[in-house]
Amino acid sequence: MEKINKMTKGTVAGIIANLVFVEVDGPVHQNEICYIDLEGTKLMAEVIKINGSQAYVQVFESTRGLKVNHTVEFTGHMLEVTLGPGILSKNYDGLQNDLDKMDGVFLKRGEHTNPLEDDKKWEFKPLAKAGDILEAGGWLGEVKENWMPHKIMVPFKFEGKYTVKSVTEAGEYTIHDTMAVVTDEKGKDITLNMIQKWPVKLAIKAYKEKPRPFKLLETGVRVIDTLNPIAEGGTGFIPGPFGTGKTVLQHALSKQADADMIIVAACGERANEVVEIFTEFPELDDPRTGRKLMERTTIIANTSNMPVAAREASVYTAMTLAEYYRAMGLKILLLADSTSRWAQALREMSNRMEELPGQDAFPMDLPAIISNFYSRAGFTYLNNGESGSITFIGTVSPAGGNLKEPVTESTKKAARCFYALSQQRADSKRYPAIDALESYSKYAEYPELQDYFRKNIDPDWPEKIALARDILIRSREVSEQINILGDDGVPVEYHNRFWKGEVIDFIICQQDAFDKVDCSASLDRQKYMLNRVLDIYHTEFSFESFDEVGTYFKRVINTMRQMNYAVYETDEYHEREKELNLIIEERKVA
Amino acid sequence: METKAFQKIYTKITQITKATCSLKATGIGYEEMAIVHGRLAQVVKIMGEDVTLQIFSGTEGIPTNAEVVFLGRPPVVKVGDELSGRFFDAYGDPIDGRPAIEGEERQIGGPSVNPVRRKQPSEFIPTGIAGIDLNNALVTGQKIPFFADPDQPYNEVMANVALRADADKIILGGMGLTNDDYLYYKNVFENAGALDRIISFVNTTENPPVERILVPDMALTAAEYFAVDKKQKVLVLLTDMTLYADALSIVSNRMDQIPSKDSMPGSLYSDLAKIYEKAVQFPDGGSITIIAVTTLSGGDITHAIPDNTGYITEGQLFLRKDTDIGKVVVDPFRSLSRLKQLVIGTKTRADHPQVMNAAIRLYADAANAKTKQENGFDLTDYDERTLNFAKDYSTKLLAIDVNVEVDQMLETSWDLFGEHFSKVEVGIKQEFVDKHWPNENEVK
Repeated sequence: MEKINKMTKGTVAGIIANLVFVEVDGPVHQNEICYIDLEGTKLMAEVIKINGSQAYVQVFESTRGLKVNHTVEFTGHMLEVTLGPGILSKNYDGLQNDLDKMDGVFLKRGEHTNPLEDDKKWEFKPLAKAGDILEAGGWLGEVKENWMPHKIMVPFKFEGKYTVKSVTEAGEYTIHDTMAVVTDEKGKDITLNMIQKWPVKLAIKAYKEKPRPFKLLETGVRVIDTLNPIAEGGTGFIPGPFGTGKTVLQHALSKQADADMIIVAACGERANEVVEIFTEFPELDDPRTGRKLMERTTIIANTSNMPVAAREASVYTAMTLAEYYRAMGLKILLLADSTSRWAQALREMSNRMEELPGQDAFPMDLPAIISNFYSRAGFTYLNNGESGSITFIGTVSPAGGNLKEPVTESTKKAARCFYALSQQRADSKRYPAIDALESYSKYAEYPELQDYFRKNIDPDWPEKIALARDILIRSREVSEQINILGDDGVPVEYHNRFWKGEVIDFIICQQDAFDKVDCSASLDRQKYMLNRVLDIYHTEFSFESFDEVGTYFKRVINTMRQMNYAVYETDEYHEREKELNLIIEERKVA
Repeated sequence: METKAFQKIYTKITQITKATCSLKATGIGYEEMAIVHGRLAQVVKIMGEDVTLQIFSGTEGIPTNAEVVFLGRPPVVKVGDELSGRFFDAYGDPIDGRPAIEGEERQIGGPSVNPVRRKQPSEFIPTGIAGIDLNNALVTGQKIPFFADPDQPYNEVMANVALRADADKIILGGMGLTNDDYLYYKNVFENAGALDRIISFVNTTENPPVERILVPDMALTAAEYFAVDKKQKVLVLLTDMTLYADALSIVSNRMDQIPSKDSMPGSLYSDLAKIYEKAVQFPDGGSITIIAVTTLSGGDITHAIPDNTGYITEGQLFLRKDTDIGKVVVDPFRSLSRLKQLVIGTKTRADHPQVMNAAIRLYADAANAKTKQENGFDLTDYDERTLNFAKDYSTKLLAIDVNVEVDQMLETSWDLFGEHFSKVEVGIKQEFVDKHWPNENEVK
């Protein structure tokens, strides 16, 4: 964009919905961005195929009224985001337009707004000094963004090593002020301000190495942390039929997860769900810092009624912002709801281009696109020895609830944690409807992570998790037998086994996302509860007949639920605990 | 965008299919309207000079030398206060024998609302039907369909909901309504004396199916006029969205597009989302609430139409015939209102969420007991009690002929809990039990 002297121009030759054919008069790049001039309104579009002198472009906005012979200007670069302080707490659309800066109730096409603030002053503190040698992503200085240290870095596009010539002294500056001068290997001086740009479809690789994840990312959701833990820098996905609570679960994660920054990509989903975040996050406290949740959150909203082509861009935009903050040594949680809508956007386009379809009319390269995207997450050691991470959790909306469809299958190959939402659990209001047994976490088997558990939670934690899962499996098996043979067709012991599994289901797996206390459980509390339910499992109880078993365990469950509802280690909590101890004593075999 | 007095007339059609025709023309805008042989058409594809038009009423009898006039504008609807009480066809022309209205022309299918300009829905819409208010409370700005088999009384329930709901305007978008159903709606609205706040855009089975595609956009553009310009609370009824989607598949098929699941167009999700996402709550009080009907075939919700709908809408309502009590009920298991959390327990009594969940859980236990019974096993005392509870719960609360206030629904629930269960079995937070548990049945 800077160096090219003459920009390529073109004219519209054909239109089918948001696919436009453009006759061009010069060179064009694949994925180059162009603007179509519709009587003064500039419609943004991306080149997705080139055939001779015709470029096929997908328009990010409605093409209503577009005519043959309208002019097109090419920009010479791919879809880029602008990186700099001011991204935090923003509400962007899929193309990084600041939604709050747009006028009027309705989105106007062709309206592009500045993602950052030109005039805002940031308090700058230098980190590098003259003579330091840095690479792309190297830290020159930092500004306070909300409460987070936002690093001003050597732009990611820079190749090779750079010697710092000067860094501006501490003070208040705008994003356009000169922050540093660096000298490249050929001795040329380059002036840097706080802004840089990066094409969203390419991964930012300004780090030294990406080890296997080895730490737990706390989410406060028991069925995840305790039974199917996700690692910091890990990937996971949540497939589920509609109505099983995908979005509620994602919102819970975004509220409670132990991360420095949360990026939510609302991709092709309901607008009201985004509004919920807009409305609640500025009010809700971040339990870890005591600040408002919105202060650590950035939202990329491309809801289902917004232009389809920008849906694809939105997930890439979100990932690129996450990579930018990861390079500052921060712990990022990226949530995308839902990756299926993104895949559908790809399908619509592939269909219009009359490509030969793969399964369910999705493009053939869908698995490759998905795994490539997931691979951008991860825990990284930066060149300066610090570390940063992106944990990515995407939802998948399988058509007809069928997990054998292409998007789910492709994602399963790419993501390491699988949180299966079950219709049956949702129907019986056992929320979160994660089926603890169908779900898995590959990380739970990592020796690195098991060591972490032993050291930080409980020396026997991995064994305890395995036992809890076994109890659930046995309980399920027994429940099937009871259904077949009848309550009195099986020994009383079977009922006992069934109900001990139910205790784990109700007390560990189920959690009330709408209750102020129960919505999030600290690791300490999770450890206490798991030990407690395992104690109950190990306790021998005496029962005369099967109907006593259910009645008794319902009391146990009821009391333990009240414990889950009570604030941890308060009088109320201990009161319930005492109550529970008494109930246990009633039938305990000495 | 006024139509010009002098317009170029084209008379050479190069290609005709069942739904489209093509001709050579220049200076044509995408999605522009045209009149082909007296029939309304819309530009769906432009390749150089070749323009393809979709003819809404079909191409039967169109000659290759038919007159084609381009209108120079996308489809529009006339909006204004005079819309009230009127019945229109899919093009916005009156079908009630009264003169056309004089109003401002608005493009249909306009842009979407900026998400940051929306307000979180928070106003409860009571309907008096406990299966809805108690278990699946509706909220202004919500979009929710009835998933129903064709033999179920969804039109009756929807008309009831519409008339009881506190709305300034009710806009009916009828797609493929049978003439009988159309007359039913007309009668109900007239008898309720509510005609002055009702506007209808109707495509009946007697009209060509492709015309249906225009109906939701017509209805919703009119709705936006009242919600944005007049700050009114608008309720939009769309029936039947399955027939709308069928019309989309006809068009996409005729345009040689590769079908995806269930022969539906690959863009079905986006097409439906564009309609349903018009539901909105504005900060200044105006709102659009959409209640739709999606008919199922044999209760199959995995079909592409209900499936995509379910991912877009904020829940769904299922009707089911409860053979034990011989009434139609709102199915508590499969129905869901996603926005209910925004109002229950805050706009309604604080015990509402817990009472709702407890009742449904006990009802689920009853379903298990019933399976047991059918398989010939002995029932426990608890099983018997759940079955009795289920019968009462269905009759007194779930049946669609119930019409009471929410507080009464909650009281009825507590009475049923007290009558059939112990406090532990109900498992509700202690503070609510202390406050609401019925006295006489203390020990059970």
